[in-house]
Amino acid sequence: MSILLSNINKKFGQFSALQNINLEIPEGELVALLGPSGCGKTTLLRIIAGLEGADGGEVCLNGKDITAQHVSNRGIGFVFQHYALFRHMTVFDNVAFGLRVKPKKHRPDEATIAKKVHALLELVQLDWLHDRFPDQLSGGQRQRIALARALAVEPSVLLLDEPFGALDASVRKDLRLWLRHLHQELHVTSIFVTHDQEEAMEVASQVVVLNKGRIEQQGIPSEIYDHPVNAFVSKFIGQTNVFHVEKEDSQWLEHAGIVLDDPQGLIAHVRPHDIQIEKAQSAEQSPIILKDWQHLGATIRLELSKIQSQSNAIVYAQMPNEQFKNLNLSKGDHVLLQIKQAHWFN
Amino acid sequence: MHIATTQTFTAQPTFRDPRWLRVSLILIAVSFIVLFLCVPLILVLSEAFSKGWQAYWSALSEPDTVSAIKLTLITALVTVPLNTLFGLCAAWAITRFEFKGKSLLTTLIDLPFSVSPVISGLIFVLMFGAQGWFGEWLSAHDIKIIFAVPGIILATLFITFPFVARELIPLMQEMGSEEEEAALSLGASSWTTFFKITLPNIKWGLLYGVLLCNARAMGEFGAVSVVSGHIRGLTNTLPLHIEVSYNEYDFVASFASASILAGLAIVTLILKSVLEWKQSQNRV
Repeated sequence: MSILLSNINKKFGQFSALQNINLEIPEGELVALLGPSGCGKTTLLRIIAGLEGADGGEVCLNGKDITAQHVSNRGIGFVFQHYALFRHMTVFDNVAFGLRVKPKKHRPDEATIAKKVHALLELVQLDWLHDRFPDQLSGGQRQRIALARALAVEPSVLLLDEPFGALDASVRKDLRLWLRHLHQELHVTSIFVTHDQEEAMEVASQVVVLNKGRIEQQGIPSEIYDHPVNAFVSKFIGQTNVFHVEKEDSQWLEHAGIVLDDPQGLIAHVRPHDIQIEKAQSAEQSPIILKDWQHLGATIRLELSKIQSQSNAIVYAQMPNEQFKNLNLSKGDHVLLQIKQAHWFN
Repeated sequence: MHIATTQTFTAQPTFRDPRWLRVSLILIAVSFIVLFLCVPLILVLSEAFSKGWQAYWSALSEPDTVSAIKLTLITALVTVPLNTLFGLCAAWAITRFEFKGKSLLTTLIDLPFSVSPVISGLIFVLMFGAQGWFGEWLSAHDIKIIFAVPGIILATLFITFPFVARELIPLMQEMGSEEEEAALSLGASSWTTFFKITLPNIKWGLLYGVLLCNARAMGEFGAVSVVSGHIRGLTNTLPLHIEVSYNEYDFVASFASASILAGLAIVTLILKSVLEWKQSQNRV
């Protein structure tokens, strides 16, 4: 179902956690609420769920105003960062909970419940653990059980609060893709909160970037990456080099062939992979040297710096492994820069 | 190349206290317990049975003793459920809500522990006694609180209200509210959430608090002594009855009653260790 938030405000004491949030989430999307810690993303998620009350504004689900509705009547599924599995219940009872607490006339009989629970456990590929207790499971298994439990009541919306935050790196990678595939299978409108931009880009069909209680930008991942609307989004999504035109940094841009007679802003943001490198024929040709480089797997990250420069500014460039081998560069070599693309901000 | 390494993981006690120190510390602790707990307990029992089973039994079946036992049971039956309820409410409010004066409330819950029981009793005399604030109104409506059962119950309520709350607050803080929120989001009502999620998680701690509350309710002397008036067969609880009998040189009756309270203490201790063990099992 579609979600519509209008003019959501929330204060904690003097601190304004959310300011005039307007957000529309179409049906069937998998949306990431992305932002640095303390930006209000979890608060927003909890307001949608009804676990927290907003000071002002409306929450609409499929056109129906649910602002005043209690969390237990909203029909949302919520997955917590630390799983929040019922520790005194088995995996089976955890998943069955939502069905068993339904009012008598809507409650399925035990046989139906059992069938449904096993089907859900198979969906998350953990049916063989049905009689275990939560503390006998690994973090990744617990989170999948928590998801199965939330799905049991067939929620119209699935909300996930940093669902992979407490997991170790390799499990997190697997679960991300698994969640994306599960969403493609189920098509339930989902919102997940994360502070990890890579995670948001990888999993979500739409990304909402939040900062200091405001929405900075909303769009599909490639849109946000290729066309950030402001300096914050540009810096937060992926790596970027920041050049201040009015400072010494302008020399970098000149060396890189950017015409500075008519700059489009005060600050230029350049992605590392938008910097092209060539080996200089002689030291006179360019004052820029390769200071160091790191192997990142498929790509190489190069640290560039200027000789005879007061500042220790380092510019990062990135290129495919193969290309780097062909350039045959070593540390201390002079290089020529070519900036292919820059984003200008004020 | 293959290098075989052997590692031993036995802890090397580098900083170990000398043997004489360990032995003497243990000896001091054990002899203290024997001297101040076991010897008095044996004394109570030997005095109670000094004139044989017959005398013990007749002392216990004497009407005044029976009425003291009854009153003690009634007091506990009223105060323990009330304070369980209060403790649950207070712990819930403190651990689940944010409100002004929360830390003050937390401190006030401990008040009965820091105030002398005699003072606690006096407060009720000052409030409900003949010369007290409500004294005239009460006597005009023919309601007796001081030197009557209601006074004893009130004083005991006051003395024992921290036990359950103090046991539950740290437990519920540690537990957090995420599981409850999860239950609510799954469509459970607040009542269902309490009975199916909160209560199972705190039940051992709750029982432990109830047990301590009960032990104190049955054993309280100071505050009850001030408000009771020591009317034999009417307002004497067991602890008061023990004192009265002792002052009248009725040693068998006094120690026989004391043996009941001592027995209660032992049962409480055993249950307490069982509950502590259960709680630690639960936490693994």
